[in-house]
Amino acid sequence: MEFWQILTYAGAAVALGAIVLRAVRYAGTPIHLRWELYPVAHEKGRADYGGSIFEELDWWTKPRQVDHLNELKEMAEEILFLKGVYLHNRKLWVFSFPFHFGLYLVTAWLALLVVAATGRVAGADPGGGFISACMLAIQVTGYAGLALVLTGSIGLLFRRMSNPDIRRYSAPVEFINLAFFIVTTGVALVVQAMYDPAFKGLTDYMYSTITFNQAVLPDMWMRTEVVLGSLLVAYIPLTRMAHFVAKYFLYHDVRWADEPNPRGGKIEGRIKQAFGYRMDWDAGHIQKNGTWAEVGTEVIDDEGEK
Amino acid sequence: MKPQETRPKDICLDCRQLVELDVGDITKLPPPYDDWVDEPIAEVPDEKRERFEASLDGVIGNVIPVPGTEEEKQALVEKFLVGIDKLFSKEDNWTFLQPFLLSIENCVKCNTCADACPIFEASGRVEIYRPLFRADVLRRIANRKRSKLGALTGRLTGADIPVTWETVARLADLAYRCTLCRRCAQDCPMGIDNGLIAREIRKLFSQELGIHPEELHGAGTMKQLHVGSSTGMNPMALADILEFAEEDIEERTGLNIKIPVDKAGADILIMHNAGEFLSWPENLQAFAIMFELAGLSWTIASDLVGYDSVNYGLFYDDIQYSRVTLKHAEVARKLGVKKVVMGECGHAHKAFMATGDRMWLGESNIPRESCLTLMEDLVCNEKIMVDPSRNDFPVTLHDPCNITRSMGIVMPQRKVLKKIAPQFREMTPHGVHNYCCGGGSGFAIMQSNNFPDWRMRIAGRKKFAQIISAFDDCIGPETNKYVCAPCSNCKGQIRDLLTYYEAWDRCRILYGGLVELVVNAMVDVKEGFLEWDFH
Ligand code: SF4
Ligand code: SF4
Repeated sequence: MEFWQILTYAGAAVALGAIVLRAVRYAGTPIHLRWELYPVAHEKGRADYGGSIFEELDWWTKPRQVDHLNELKEMAEEILFLKGVYLHNRKLWVFSFPFHFGLYLVTAWLALLVVAATGRVAGADPGGGFISACMLAIQVTGYAGLALVLTGSIGLLFRRMSNPDIRRYSAPVEFINLAFFIVTTGVALVVQAMYDPAFKGLTDYMYSTITFNQAVLPDMWMRTEVVLGSLLVAYIPLTRMAHFVAKYFLYHDVRWADEPNPRGGKIEGRIKQAFGYRMDWDAGHIQKNGTWAEVGTEVIDDEGEK
Repeated sequence: MKPQETRPKDICLDCRQLVELDVGDITKLPPPYDDWVDEPIAEVPDEKRERFEASLDGVIGNVIPVPGTEEEKQALVEKFLVGIDKLFSKEDNWTFLQPFLLSIENCVKCNTCADACPIFEASGRVEIYRPLFRADVLRRIANRKRSKLGALTGRLTGADIPVTWETVARLADLAYRCTLCRRCAQDCPMGIDNGLIAREIRKLFSQELGIHPEELHGAGTMKQLHVGSSTGMNPMALADILEFAEEDIEERTGLNIKIPVDKAGADILIMHNAGEFLSWPENLQAFAIMFELAGLSWTIASDLVGYDSVNYGLFYDDIQYSRVTLKHAEVARKLGVKKVVMGECGHAHKAFMATGDRMWLGESNIPRESCLTLMEDLVCNEKIMVDPSRNDFPVTLHDPCNITRSMGIVMPQRKVLKKIAPQFREMTPHGVHNYCCGGGSGFAIMQSNNFPDWRMRIAGRKKFAQIISAFDDCIGPETNKYVCAPCSNCKGQIRDLLTYYEAWDRCRILYGGLVELVVNAMVDVKEGFLEWDFH
């Protein structure tokens, strides 16, 4: 096993682990008070103007109509085209869109490398239709994805440096992150074009790696590409750049979370549990160490007197 | 340093005042106010500065006493830092932990939210009012405190703000330069809610340090819980007010109406913002007339807290919020009503129906609905008959943020207006994309020191511009015009705006609720319910 292969395994494991941990952490928070924000995409017939079931007389007697299709459409537009940025910050979108779309293509490219390698493991003919189609798709997604990420990250870095409003709020790490993308995708693009234009070498590398065989990368530049790529894959989910995880929760658990709490329903059970938590707030009007059920009902004044 | 250039870490600067506001920077108004010149915001006198913090922008919103000694300052700083940890704890902050965590940890600093904020824009882009500014101050402090990897990563990630008394005092007041309107959150591509972060800062100061504006706490939730209403009205005073309302209804309309009180088992328990009773009794009267003539079974509650729907806890303190909302729930349960209908008060709508949806449990989980949907049913299904020609004057609609953006109640009020007001016109933008009146999150009742100066010139600037633009075809004083604001706090703010900008005298713009317009159009009510006098 070569050093760079170990890095590839480690990169994938760290990335996966960090994403899962992040998701588990957000999913594991207790139920919170409703805090949705309209328009809510799944409000049937009302999403376009931002309406809700609260517009209905005796709304609690009416069936809740959830428009999953519209929600999916909104999500697709947001994920694929960054609709929000397009609508509210066009200058940013010019760079943000190629960057994000490029990342999707790069993800697809990596997945295709694994698919092609798995196909070979499963006995697919290396010269056959399946592998050939994979190789073509690998070339398209690889070149397009890397070029788009490279262009986007150069643009984003330039914008972050040149716009004083953004620069004022940017920490050094935000510049470093973008620089990391520029270096990694730049190296990958040049190395592939010069040393492995049909991605054969990289596919072979992936094949050896997923079959736990030694993968010899004779070329120093390809080794550099693999090392940088593995490090970047591991690094992204450890930073705020993995905001896609949070975005899912921000939309589904907060912004669009309008599920009502009928008497005796499952939401009620979760709230009752939260009312049992002991709080430790210290201001005079709060009796320390009481449960929410106690403190949240019993009135005391600022001197702690009942 | 220009007020447009302040950096988050400047908040700790040891100087008399971080930002000098210049009213010349405030955005210009459309005609006929294009020559409007604002008086400067009143200076806080030096002897007051010695007692109260005014070191942010020279405005006192959240009244923070200056600690007497360095030790006291340090003790408050320590408490603030302890409070930060509590915001991140599920036991202390289950109510908003998930939205808070998601918002504090995931901002990508794209600044898309800036252009959505009416305060930032109206101020002439004063940096400390940028939605990202205050959120980022808290973020950096929290990152520095919580970073496990020490000073180097702290510097790399921008966790660079020393927590001094200046930092703490300024942040406590800065949380009251945001109306929690959440317009910034709507435009944030990530879904980050800088309004929520401002509210979490307010909460930290209230729940850990006992620092909160007196109008919201001592004269707000505390008074409500102890006396019955934040207006100071006790149940006996309520009885007098209702009696007076009945007499007034008879005088104005000839109708002999008895306002039902504590009618057990009624279909509807109407809960008004008690501010209406004192400032706009015609609103309470209009509801009584409309309900009686529609033949509804309804009641008002006279129990402590039950006759005042306000819940200022929603603006600054989860525990006070919980105490008030659970009292409301208890009153409704005891009366055994079929539903609670919210009067024209935006934050009460949200406190009862949205956030309250996860507070009212079990037996107390009595259904709650908006008066706007009920009015739509009465008017549009012709359960009451209206003559729109009685409202034949230009009317525009203000959308309370809590009712539209936070609850999605958008069309009922419009359907009613289309039926009763032939000259109804929208503001731009409107509905869920509205601008806050500038009185949201408690601002409308924060009347002390020079805060109202700031509120009129900056927080409400955008709304006032919208109002006059909506009437640009008839702006002269020869035409009576009406701003319909179905929310008590918004009404208070709009009253103050129209007064400050002399809009009654200069343009003949009146304001009021929706139900007054409905009753003004009701054929069964003597003409002239709506009185064209400014109050
Ligand atoms: S809050 Fe949202 S819009 Fe504002 S800077 Fe952060 S990510 Fe961008
Ligand atoms: S909530 Fe409203 S006032 Fe506060 S920062 Fe956002 S847009 Fe501005």
